[in-house]
Amino acid sequence: MISVPLSWYLVLSAVLFAIGISGFLIRRNIITVFMSIELMLNAVNLSFVAFARQFRAVDGHIFAFFVMVVAAAEAAVGLAIILAVFRNRATLQIDEIDSMKY
Amino acid sequence: MHHLWLILAFPLAGFLVNGLLGRRISKTLVTAVAIGSVSLCLVWVVKVLLDLGGLGAPYVERYFTWIQSGDLKVGFDLSVDRLTAVMLLVVTGVGLLIHIYAAGYMDHEGGYYRFFAFLNLFMFFMLLLVLAANFLLLFVGWEGVGLCSYLLIGFYFIRKSAADAGKKAFIVNRIGDFGFSLAIYLLFTTFGSLDFATIFGAVNERATESGIGTLTVIGLLLLIGATGKSAQIPLYVWLPDAMEGPTPVSALIHAATMVTAGVYMVARCSAIYLRAPVALNTVAWIGVLTAAFAAIIGLVQNDIKKVFAYSTVSQLGYMFLGLGAGAFSAGIFHLVTHAFFKALLFLGAGSVMHSLNGEQDLRKMGGLRRRVPVTFWSMLCASVAIAGVPPFSGFHSKDAILVAAWRHSPLMYWIGVITAAMTAFYIFRALFLTFWGNYRGEGHPHESPPVMTIPLAVLALLSLGGGYFDVPGFLRSAFPVRQTHNSEMLALISVSASLSGIAVAWLFYVYRPALADVIASKLKGLYQLVYNKFYVDEIYDAAIVRPVVHGSTNLLWQAVDAGIIDGLVNRIGSQSCAVGNVLRRLQSGNIRSYAAWVVAGAVLAVVVAGFLRGAI
Repeated sequence: MISVPLSWYLVLSAVLFAIGISGFLIRRNIITVFMSIELMLNAVNLSFVAFARQFRAVDGHIFAFFVMVVAAAEAAVGLAIILAVFRNRATLQIDEIDSMKY
Repeated sequence: MHHLWLILAFPLAGFLVNGLLGRRISKTLVTAVAIGSVSLCLVWVVKVLLDLGGLGAPYVERYFTWIQSGDLKVGFDLSVDRLTAVMLLVVTGVGLLIHIYAAGYMDHEGGYYRFFAFLNLFMFFMLLLVLAANFLLLFVGWEGVGLCSYLLIGFYFIRKSAADAGKKAFIVNRIGDFGFSLAIYLLFTTFGSLDFATIFGAVNERATESGIGTLTVIGLLLLIGATGKSAQIPLYVWLPDAMEGPTPVSALIHAATMVTAGVYMVARCSAIYLRAPVALNTVAWIGVLTAAFAAIIGLVQNDIKKVFAYSTVSQLGYMFLGLGAGAFSAGIFHLVTHAFFKALLFLGAGSVMHSLNGEQDLRKMGGLRRRVPVTFWSMLCASVAIAGVPPFSGFHSKDAILVAAWRHSPLMYWIGVITAAMTAFYIFRALFLTFWGNYRGEGHPHESPPVMTIPLAVLALLSLGGGYFDVPGFLRSAFPVRQTHNSEMLALISVSASLSGIAVAWLFYVYRPALADVIASKLKGLYQLVYNKFYVDEIYDAAIVRPVVHGSTNLLWQAVDAGIIDGLVNRIGSQSCAVGNVLRRLQSGNIRSYAAWVVAGAVLAVVVAGFLRGAI
């Protein structure tokens, strides 16, 4: 059985992470920014699982689960914040939400 | 054990009771506590002295080690010798009389309990001063009486002049105390101890210094301390102003006891001075010059208390002359008689003021002879005593000093004789202006109550007969005896000087009252100069006070404090603000810029980690 080499997973993970970063930096809609963060988290999950498989160790799996749990919690809180902001500001453009400053 | 500590405990207890509870307890009780504590103190002093008997050698009681640090070991030690015995009796005896008098004098005054609390505290420190068996404990008493002096001069602290006078006394005394503390350091570095017995024992083994040696320097530094406390040139200026305090305070602290602390201290250190002739001679010169200078100023003052204040300065000068001439016992003798007659003069002046509702100006008195007879007769007794009329007390002590001065230096003797004439003049001038002629004020003079007149009468008896206490004989064992040849000639000269002073005063102020004004207007410039006390206060003000104030204001405050110290702190603050102003721009509120920074930081971390890995 031909197995997929580790490097492929890592490259895919890096690509996904880079897309996440770019999205995070470039997009203005807060929902999209949020999705970019989820993308970065899952890119990291991918490399965790890949390493776990490579080294036949369970640590990576555990970490991946942790990340998922945190991501789920973060999604709940994050979406709640987004809703609250939208109710107050009637906008989801993050460039317009800049009152928390000096 | 004779429990010397009890002598200190009584007035301290009186101070604590009156000071802490005086506001709540009745006036009668305050008086009872104050006078009772001093009476017990006197009783205990007498008992201890009777028990100790001859006091051939100093009797020392050591209680506990007060300070132990390296080589320095200072104990809380009290000692009694003959010198201390004399001082104890004067302080407690005169102190008790003045406490009794003050109960009447202060009757209508506010802060009654405060007054007596301070007065008892003063007694405590004064007794500590004379009982101390080492220099540091003496210094505690020395500073303590200075504190009480300050508190009591400023007793009427609502009056600015009184508060200023208190400050002046305190600050001028600091200058003297600075010299005193230097002397204590020098004594410790030289002898390795501060105990009187140890130091004077070591001093007695040394040779007499012909020039300026360690002992001379110590003696001169001690003298600086003494000039502060005992109001000698150049530090006498605080004493006349100290008359702002209530009159019993002037009598007790600024005439009879505290101001003689310097005399006591020099006499205590006689061993040092006898081996430092230069210092001893300086003592004599300071004394004789102060005596003459203050007497001249006293000639023309119009405030009755000011006259007596300058008289006190002058008489203290006499005491220093006696000490400086090597006749320590004569100096102490004069201290004792002076305590009697000067306390009496002040109390009498207080009684006069009391009867005139506080009037102090001699020009507004006159003719009080019949209206306040007890006061008049007792002040007459004090006046003949201080003027040196034989056989009253002042004659004996002054004569002893002048005989010693003649042997020391005839020039000093003649200055002393002229001063004696001036003393007789100014005292009788005050007496004549107060009691002779017609009453020139508007009040209704009345005699003071017996609580005031009885102490006056007792002091009058002491002033008249005090000369027959053989203080010099009693102190003969304490000080080395020098050949004394009682010269009738010298006594005759000084007595005739005194009598002529009285006669001139009588001529000017009773026989031809206009004469004084004529002479004053003829010698207008001189009169103004003397009347304004030779402008010494103004000179000190211009030469010392103002440069210090201006230097402090402009240099130390404006330049150093405000400019450098505050400037540094403020500059650090404002620079932090400026940097923060720039950095806070980072906090833009724009989430994407934060994210960019995070990414940039992560990239930087990766790059740095990569470089470090590569380097290793």
